[in-house]
Amino acid sequence: MATPAQSGLTRERPPILKISVIDWLRANLFNSIHNSILTILCLLALVFIVPDALRWTFIDSIWYTEDSNVCRAAAGACWAVIPEKYRLILFGTFPYDEHWRGLIVILIIVGLTIISAFERFWSIHLFTTWIIAFVIVLWLMLGGSFGLKTISTNRWGGLPLTLILFVGTVVGGLPMAIFLALGRRSELPVIKAVCVATIEIIRGVPLITVLFMFSLMFPLFMPADITVDKILRAQVGMIIFFAAYGAEVIRGGLQAIPRGQYEAADSLGLSYWKKTHKIIMPQALRIVIPPLVNDIIRAFKNTTFVSIIGLFDLLGATKAATEDPKWQNYAMEAYAFIFIIYFIFCFSMSKYSESVERKLSEGRNY
Amino acid sequence: MPNIKTTASKSRLSSIGAPISARIGALWHNVSFRGVLYQICLIAAIIAVGSYLLGNAQEALEKRGIKTGFDFITSESGFAIGEKLIEYSPTDTYGRAYVVAILNTLKVSIISVIFATILGVMIGIGRLSTNWLISKLSSVYVELFRNTPQLVQIVFWYTLVVNLPQARQALQPIEGFFLSNRGFNMKWPAADPANSWILGALALGCLLAYGIGKWIHRRQRLTGSHFNYFWWGLGIVVILPLIAWLFGGMPTTIETPKMRGFNYVGGAYMSPEFLALMLGLSLYIASFIAEIVRSGIQSVDRGQIEAARAIGLSKSQIYRHVILPQALRVMVPPAAAQYVSLAKNSSLGVAIGYPELFNVNNTITTESGNTIECIAMMMAVYLSISFTISLFMNWYNKTIQIKER
Repeated sequence: MATPAQSGLTRERPPILKISVIDWLRANLFNSIHNSILTILCLLALVFIVPDALRWTFIDSIWYTEDSNVCRAAAGACWAVIPEKYRLILFGTFPYDEHWRGLIVILIIVGLTIISAFERFWSIHLFTTWIIAFVIVLWLMLGGSFGLKTISTNRWGGLPLTLILFVGTVVGGLPMAIFLALGRRSELPVIKAVCVATIEIIRGVPLITVLFMFSLMFPLFMPADITVDKILRAQVGMIIFFAAYGAEVIRGGLQAIPRGQYEAADSLGLSYWKKTHKIIMPQALRIVIPPLVNDIIRAFKNTTFVSIIGLFDLLGATKAATEDPKWQNYAMEAYAFIFIIYFIFCFSMSKYSESVERKLSEGRNY
Repeated sequence: MPNIKTTASKSRLSSIGAPISARIGALWHNVSFRGVLYQICLIAAIIAVGSYLLGNAQEALEKRGIKTGFDFITSESGFAIGEKLIEYSPTDTYGRAYVVAILNTLKVSIISVIFATILGVMIGIGRLSTNWLISKLSSVYVELFRNTPQLVQIVFWYTLVVNLPQARQALQPIEGFFLSNRGFNMKWPAADPANSWILGALALGCLLAYGIGKWIHRRQRLTGSHFNYFWWGLGIVVILPLIAWLFGGMPTTIETPKMRGFNYVGGAYMSPEFLALMLGLSLYIASFIAEIVRSGIQSVDRGQIEAARAIGLSKSQIYRHVILPQALRVMVPPAAAQYVSLAKNSSLGVAIGYPELFNVNNTITTESGNTIECIAMMMAVYLSISFTISLFMNWYNKTIQIKER
């Protein structure tokens, strides 16, 4: 093959695209009359809002003071409410000297969540690790043995409670979701009917009514001498709600498996459970990871609902912390603080879900 | 491992003439027999647990002296509701309180659905804009609102509204629109008998324009003659209400809210609770609608758009006749799920004291003590709202799916 030099052509480098600021502006902001008008309107709105917002947030704001009267005089935000109340917001009414236990719980759960994101750790062992970690977490929170002071569950609160409810919902809800999805596709009419009814009724009512049922109605349906812990009752409600949504996602995965896979497994003489466990589920679950992660993110956001039924999760603890008459005018700043915490968790999970989705769609090219 | 996976027919054959224990064993290996057995066990378990729980509840309620049954609906409620669309006072019945609450739920849901859809479509298209600023701002909006709990947003908006200046120093972003810690007051046409006629004419105009559009489409399919009816349709929609306005005595009064005592009188009014709940519901769902719109538009094959351009369609024609019909097919099912979610999450109004169904139901439960009946009614109402939205969206989905003849 002739190189350019041999064929008498001079070797030419590809043209370097010179992108000056003005070119960039013309290409991205003023590439048509319509776009130019939009840009100018947008800029006007930003000029109108941003300086005031910045001044309120950073310049006129009070960052640290122990005296709430200082804040009253200031024209901007009173971020001082956060250093004043952050222990109460993050750990609720958990005994002050034992906050380190809550901190370890946070670290365990966040660490394990990060590990779970890597594909190479995906196996049944990961699930077992989660269950073991959950037991350790419960021990750390409850105490009562190995020299830890006992702390009753009605003093649990803040971020540890939010994370425990979240992990409990996912760990308990996933198996239930799988069984509901299998039940819905079952050939046995009664099992199918029960699963369909459960899924559709739970999905048709608000989560708060499910929580209400479990947390406030449940004692009524129990013999008078049996009491079930309040957090546990809320947890059961959240698990069932998550499972009903997860079941529909997993059903989508089951339906996406080609019939040939079922038939091949049948012709090998595998039993129903072996077929499901070895052939169908691994493929179905892999397909539904992105929507499942979305459901998991929603489960995380939904933990806030327990604040309505009187638990002190991150939102409930914030609400309680800002009831202090000295600081009650600065609840907005406290809510902004937990807004950021929730955002960090959900944003990273949703970015992760997007990356998995991209990876899965790349693999579909063969 | 012994072969336990004998097929049904084989096990039936082998059980003939065998001793009873072997026959039972064979029966156990029969797949369809096991299926029946499982189901019988399940039914028995549900009945046992259900009757046990209900029995306990019955006993507890009897101990408290509460009469079960739906009779309580006709008795006097004895509590007031702050916000109502129909007349209601504490001397009215529980039944009427339910109606007030359901109407409040529907009011906030419908207004939020409309608002969320408009905003969501704008932001979804904005994310695909070639304008860098618009697309970046839209992305920031979507990420911020999608990735934080709705309840935190609602509580945040509520805190914001109640921390606004008092009614006397109300913010006035536009002349005649007042934002204060008592809510939002705005200019609104004064009550007039002609108003209902004008609204009726508007509805009639919309129906007429829709019908004419359908007819013109059919004519085009049959005869091929094209007729651009857009301006005619718009004309009908505008002119009919105008005629009604002319014949209704041309009411022109627009009421501006006026300060009286500690609050505004006149014009239209939104309470802080309603405002916060509406913002929380619609801004959150709008971020999901935006994502649905974006992925719907992106799902349209580039070749389709290039082909449309090649045959000389204008930009708006491409959007109307090529992109939108195909994008809608992808968009409608997930959007339906979001609308259902919005209607259900209107129950979060309880956190800020908006008197919607869940909130009022709580009050009724504690006042009347008829716990089970109240829960059943509330569940029934939410289920019917969800199913109605699903049914409507399914019907709409069917009308826009590919017609394969």
